[in-house]
Amino acid sequence: MSRYSALEVLKGGLTGQKHWQRAWRDPEPKQEYDAIIIGGGGHGLATAYYLAKLHGMSRIAVCEKGYLGGGNVGRNTTIVRSNYMLEDNAHFYEHGMKLWEELSQDINFNVMFSQRGIINLAHSDAQMDAFARRGNAMRLNGIDAELLTRDQVKEHLPMLDYSGKARFPVYGGLQQPRGGTARHDAVAWGYARAADMLGVDILQNCEVTGFDIHDGKVQGIQTTRGAIKSGKVGIAVAGNTSRVCALAGLNRLPIESHKLQAMVSEPLKPFIDTVCTFGAGHFYVSQSDKGGLVFGGDLDGYNSYAQRGNLPMVAHVLQCGMALMPAIGRIRLLRHWAGVMDMSMDGSPIISTTPVKGLYLNGGWCYGGFKATPASGWCFAHTVAQDRPHRLNEAFTLDRFERGYLIDEKGVGPIPALH
Amino acid sequence: MIRINCPWCGERNMVEFTYGGDANNVYPGLSEETSEKQYFEYTYLRDNPCGPHLEYWHHVNGCRQWIKVKRDTLTHEVIATVPADKPVGEKE
Ligand SMILES: Cc1cc2nc3c(=O)[nH]c(=O)nc-3n(C[C@H](O)[C@H](O)[C@H](O)COP(=O)(O)OP(=O)(O)OC[C@H]3O[C@@H](n4cnc5c(N)ncnc54)[C@H](O)[C@@H]3O)c2cc1C
Ligand SMILES: [Zn+2]
Repeated sequence: MSRYSALEVLKGGLTGQKHWQRAWRDPEPKQEYDAIIIGGGGHGLATAYYLAKLHGMSRIAVCEKGYLGGGNVGRNTTIVRSNYMLEDNAHFYEHGMKLWEELSQDINFNVMFSQRGIINLAHSDAQMDAFARRGNAMRLNGIDAELLTRDQVKEHLPMLDYSGKARFPVYGGLQQPRGGTARHDAVAWGYARAADMLGVDILQNCEVTGFDIHDGKVQGIQTTRGAIKSGKVGIAVAGNTSRVCALAGLNRLPIESHKLQAMVSEPLKPFIDTVCTFGAGHFYVSQSDKGGLVFGGDLDGYNSYAQRGNLPMVAHVLQCGMALMPAIGRIRLLRHWAGVMDMSMDGSPIISTTPVKGLYLNGGWCYGGFKATPASGWCFAHTVAQDRPHRLNEAFTLDRFERGYLIDEKGVGPIPALH
Repeated sequence: MIRINCPWCGERNMVEFTYGGDANNVYPGLSEETSEKQYFEYTYLRDNPCGPHLEYWHHVNGCRQWIKVKRDTLTHEVIATVPADKPVGEKE
């Protein structure tokens, strides 16, 4: 398979662009692999790529029950940021931000990473104080952060309601200029192609239905495409974490599956050139390269494995949107959809060994696993290859809940609805 | 849209309710015998099934009663509803 480059496009111009090959193979499962990753979402594919690239493993498979990119990696609102306050999160997500900045070159696929910045709005003095604290913590950890006054916010976001009638007046905001968006499908396709080029077998329509575990050690998996042997198996199945773990005898995890919705408007001319989050309700917005306004909100609010949302949350999100930027009132909505989120009990992820030897878990991503994709794959690959976490993910263990070492960014205690 | 049959008010739109989570999760109590492990399991661990799920809902914008609902988490079908202190069926 050849590398993508401008020269290839020019050459193809002479032959009607008919020389392009499929981006990854469609192999038959082998009987045995050195490592198997379950789940062909962003995290599973990134893990396979870094295993092959950085850990010298060549016989690797990714088992995906549906089609590649059909899960949350293709359903999210594509926001990338590292504006975290707690040490463990800050270092992990900032490592990810640095990987994002090089990603298109690294995997030879344009993921359209756009560092358009993200502005979290504040609507009270208390919120401004909290943002000052968060921004200072970020800066101390080497992460970019700017505290914006109301007037500075107005320069970036002239379309907000600054009138005396605004229900939640804008007091200011916290900006991370290096945050932004990326094209989610391209992230899945790019990692898949790059992994495939390093020899990784991507097995689609291959649902994992069981594990072969003897003497507390994993020996292989059962799938709808037959049994496959391996002494190392990594689980990265997002909203299905509890189900797949139960197949391996890991019942009852600190995770609930909930659905999160997003929605997109008809295409518009350039309207908003940064990511903006409302600080008084659940609404965030950015504009896609096609011109659609991409809106996100809150969980529907009850356990669910349905990849579709209910209308009350659509109405709620858009009411928040109208309170913040009344200009969107006459825009028509094109689509809304949902993904199943693996909501952990402290709002932070799990990238960890498990009580079963050779079995590793990546999950608990809540609302924010897209931005984590590169760092998560990078750390999970290290954990799978070395049988122990990297320094960057050693706090994200499965047993931290029992030991009392929670990573509770919001500081509100155990609820499976944090982000 | 989910419609929930409140034992007191009849079938009502879900927006009248708030969600109270897994109803199989029982507070371990404050007795001396209660172990740390029991608190840990109560606080953090969930069955999180794909399929029938027993859960609490609060009819907060209605009669303000707590009710127990058996609902399918894949299809969202509401299978049964009873007052919160009553069992839903033979097996929970
Ligand atoms: C509406 C919405 C908006 C979001 N917005 C953002 C955002 O703005 N920023 C951000 O950072 N994050 C966001 N997220 C979260 C982010 O999308 C997820 O946390 C992340 O994509 C999860 O990791 P993944 O890509 O590996 O998951 P997925 O793409 O869901 O991959 C998991 C895969 O596992 C497969 N699988 C499941 N069971 C099995 C099995 N038994 N055998 C084989 N395969 C199996 C599934 O088919 C699936 O393809 C959002 C999510 C949603 C739903
Ligand atoms: Zn009622």
